[in-house]
Amino acid sequence: MTGQPLPPPDAPIAGQGDAKGTSPGPTTLRPARPRWRETLGLLARNPTAAVASVVLLLIVVLAVFDDTFAPEGANEISVTDRLQSPSWSHPFGTDDLGRDILSRVILGASVSLKVGFLAVGFALVAGTLIGLLAGYYGRWVDDVLMRVMDMLFAFPAVLLAIAVLAVRGPGSGNTALAIGIVYTPIFARVTRASVLGVREEVYVRASRSVGASDWRILTRHILPNAAPPIIVQTSISLAFAVLAEAALSFLGLGTQPPNPSWGLMLAEGRGYIELAWWLAFFPGMAIFLTVLCFNLLGDGLRDALDPRQRTLMAGGGR
Amino acid sequence: MSGQVLEVEDLRVRLRTPRGPADVVNGLSYTVGPGETVAVVGESGSGKSVSVLALLGLLPARVATVTGRAVLQGEDLLTMKPERLRQVRGPGAGMVFQDPMTSLNPVLTVGRQLVEGIRAHGDVSKAAARRRAADLLGEVGLPDPERALDRYPHELSGGMRQRVVIAIALSNSPALLIADEATTALDVTVQAQIIDLIEGLQADRGTGVIWITHDLGVVAGIADRVLVMYGGRCVEDGTVDDVLERPAHPYTRGLLGALPDLAQPAVDGVVPDLATVPGTPPAPTDLPEGCVFWPRCPVRGDARCEHEQPPLVQIGSGPGLPHRAATWCTEEAP
Amino acid sequence: MFALVHLVPGDPVRLALGTRFSQESYDALRERSGLDQPLLEQFFGWAGRALSGDLGVSFRSGETVTSQIAERLPATLTLALASILVALVIAIPLGTISALRPRSIIDRIATVISQFGISVPDFWMGIVLILVFAGTLGWLPSGGYVPISEDPGAWLQRLLMPALVTGVVSGSVITRFVRSSVLEALGSDHVRTAQAKGLPTRQVFTWHVLRNALLPLVTVTGVQLAYLLSGVVVVEIVFSWPGLGQLALQAVQARDYPVLQGAILLFALVFLVINLVVDLLYTAIDPRIRR
Repeated sequence: MTGQPLPPPDAPIAGQGDAKGTSPGPTTLRPARPRWRETLGLLARNPTAAVASVVLLLIVVLAVFDDTFAPEGANEISVTDRLQSPSWSHPFGTDDLGRDILSRVILGASVSLKVGFLAVGFALVAGTLIGLLAGYYGRWVDDVLMRVMDMLFAFPAVLLAIAVLAVRGPGSGNTALAIGIVYTPIFARVTRASVLGVREEVYVRASRSVGASDWRILTRHILPNAAPPIIVQTSISLAFAVLAEAALSFLGLGTQPPNPSWGLMLAEGRGYIELAWWLAFFPGMAIFLTVLCFNLLGDGLRDALDPRQRTLMAGGGR
Repeated sequence: MSGQVLEVEDLRVRLRTPRGPADVVNGLSYTVGPGETVAVVGESGSGKSVSVLALLGLLPARVATVTGRAVLQGEDLLTMKPERLRQVRGPGAGMVFQDPMTSLNPVLTVGRQLVEGIRAHGDVSKAAARRRAADLLGEVGLPDPERALDRYPHELSGGMRQRVVIAIALSNSPALLIADEATTALDVTVQAQIIDLIEGLQADRGTGVIWITHDLGVVAGIADRVLVMYGGRCVEDGTVDDVLERPAHPYTRGLLGALPDLAQPAVDGVVPDLATVPGTPPAPTDLPEGCVFWPRCPVRGDARCEHEQPPLVQIGSGPGLPHRAATWCTEEAP
Repeated sequence: MFALVHLVPGDPVRLALGTRFSQESYDALRERSGLDQPLLEQFFGWAGRALSGDLGVSFRSGETVTSQIAERLPATLTLALASILVALVIAIPLGTISALRPRSIIDRIATVISQFGISVPDFWMGIVLILVFAGTLGWLPSGGYVPISEDPGAWLQRLLMPALVTGVVSGSVITRFVRSSVLEALGSDHVRTAQAKGLPTRQVFTWHVLRNALLPLVTVTGVQLAYLLSGVVVVEIVFSWPGLGQLALQAVQARDYPVLQGAILLFALVFLVINLVVDLLYTAIDPRIRR
């Protein structure tokens, strides 16, 4: 719970930078790489995705500077202000302990996004690496790695996460790990599929024939080509990671009180649902909005980057 | 002009595309007589496939606007009620498509796909339709037709599948058979077999055939008349001898020049230079103002070519069927 | 055949081993329950007993795990099947209509609905439904489960909301799938062949579009059903639905490992069975993979 929020989901962004750098590699007959500027343009012309990106950016800014934006602290208890309905001083109302819900929703964004980004970051790094290795080396490496991934993939996501948390105990960090493990196979599969697609291309074989190292071929040639579906998958996975974090916290396995997490707030508000609907309503809206935006962005990215829809599971893990 | 199987007059097709309206076919007129084979030739994108799909109402109505007249056995296909058009598909005109790998439904048996076509056009019992289906498969040269009825398409080779597609097209004894690049996806020996097959069936039945292809070798072998399409227009038509041996339009000459074994010796000093037709066909969303071929024409001349569209006019004075071309430089032709 | 090998690599048992594995850290628990034998011995002992239907005894209640699971299974199966029914009833017509009229108003509405369904947290939707239908309107009970054998009316009343919640979520995913699948089928060459031979539109649609488009739906439905069986955990909590998910969660909270292990084993088994059924079904309806 310490340190900076928003750990960067590194790999695809690194791929992005790589692709933009126009070093045309001396050895290659390489096809046109994905053109990133054009992609951004396409995305901007898709109004839904553009709006979603703006809203997401706002949410992220709110989450990063949560202390600045939140009118009150997360746990400023005020007995006299218990269960106030939404008003000017408390736009989202207050909860059973008189805590300002707007403030808790904003501070909760930080927790939810942190877990989401951590989880997807883990899945991204682990999954991409596994997918690259499996796809590039093939044979038994592929067999072993993908069999393990298949096993994880075959398992119901929520249950897998619950099992991980059962073993490691509840908490934000473990939640991120659990969700990360759940999503690793998806990234591994997407990456592997892309790698298999380009492994035998002329330019890759050409690089190999002039003695480029495996690492160089993987990072310079194969990863940039695998990047589009991975990026799309990242956005969609973020949606489901936020959702999963909320669900696990709702079940009492994720973020622990008194930290504000949207799922936890929902669980706390559930008991007051008939008395004070705003307790559960606003955190729910926050989850819905965030998840919706990540999904819309993912769809937009898919249309722009990945027209052949190589991404697995359009429905994410649901 | 009576006695023709099909008379097409000023056929125009406009498609709605994301980049604006595209005029894919721009005033096509031709006729097909009984037992006659008309080859429609052109590069991909010249509008040849669209022009025949439009005849049978097989273009999606939401994006395609078709105008003109297309009279099949006395009835205009383009103004027909949908239900009547459905009845005409099959007995009026049958169609064979390019890719036999995809033009059959993979999850229904060959027999079922034949039988449903037969039963859609007449009160035929299942057993009778099945017998007819087996006969048809025999006619198109499928070995062991009875057993083939219960096969699924994936169990047959490409050539065999195309024979099935032909059997389907012929199952209601159409007056007109449209073959849309029917042999393009097949290898050469199979291609020859299929061509022989269609020619044989045509001779037996007196069917009119529209043969769409970009392969001039096929044209020379099968066609009675040739229609060369470019940019959605007919740029030249005439008998197969006229068009292939005395091409009048620079585009036709280009096509022939691109085909080494058929290229005629230089008639006018231009043809030998044309190993290929450089450039690409115009986008149907953005057709040139004057002659459609002008931007790629090797002999283009004055402003007239650029700004004024040449009409399709009779050239030469040979006997028999007219030889027509749409170009400003006919005077250079023999 | 493919799915069997790839989706379910055989042994749910290995996952059980995973759970065991990390139990090492729980020394106290291990001692208390006599789990300090060598790991493999433990595992084989457990697996052997599990094969004969003995999953051990709950730490907490002292009941056998098998009986606890048997008690909860009907509720979970009921909910999952009802949900998939709701999902298909929503998805097939909605997806088909959107595909037939792409970019029409109906298509846009369907897209919005499915995007909503995919993004909405199911437990939140459940809470809102409870607020509206149980609280404000008072039409339905807010939760609980009554076996159909006792009182079909009460059973249905209590099933309605949870099935709707999970059904909408699954249905949204399936709607998108149906839409793209029908669109693809509509554009395929064989549909043009069917039209060209003069089949009536209805016949073209039923036999050449819908039939082909819905074949892969079998797989998707199977996957969704499997996810529903486990994914209803949260919804079971919201609606106090005494199913396996609730059991599993209680087991986690109580550190009741035999029960958790049993529940996980059962879920894995269900997964295996569903995939097997899907494979068999697919072989029966798709001639391309028939031998």
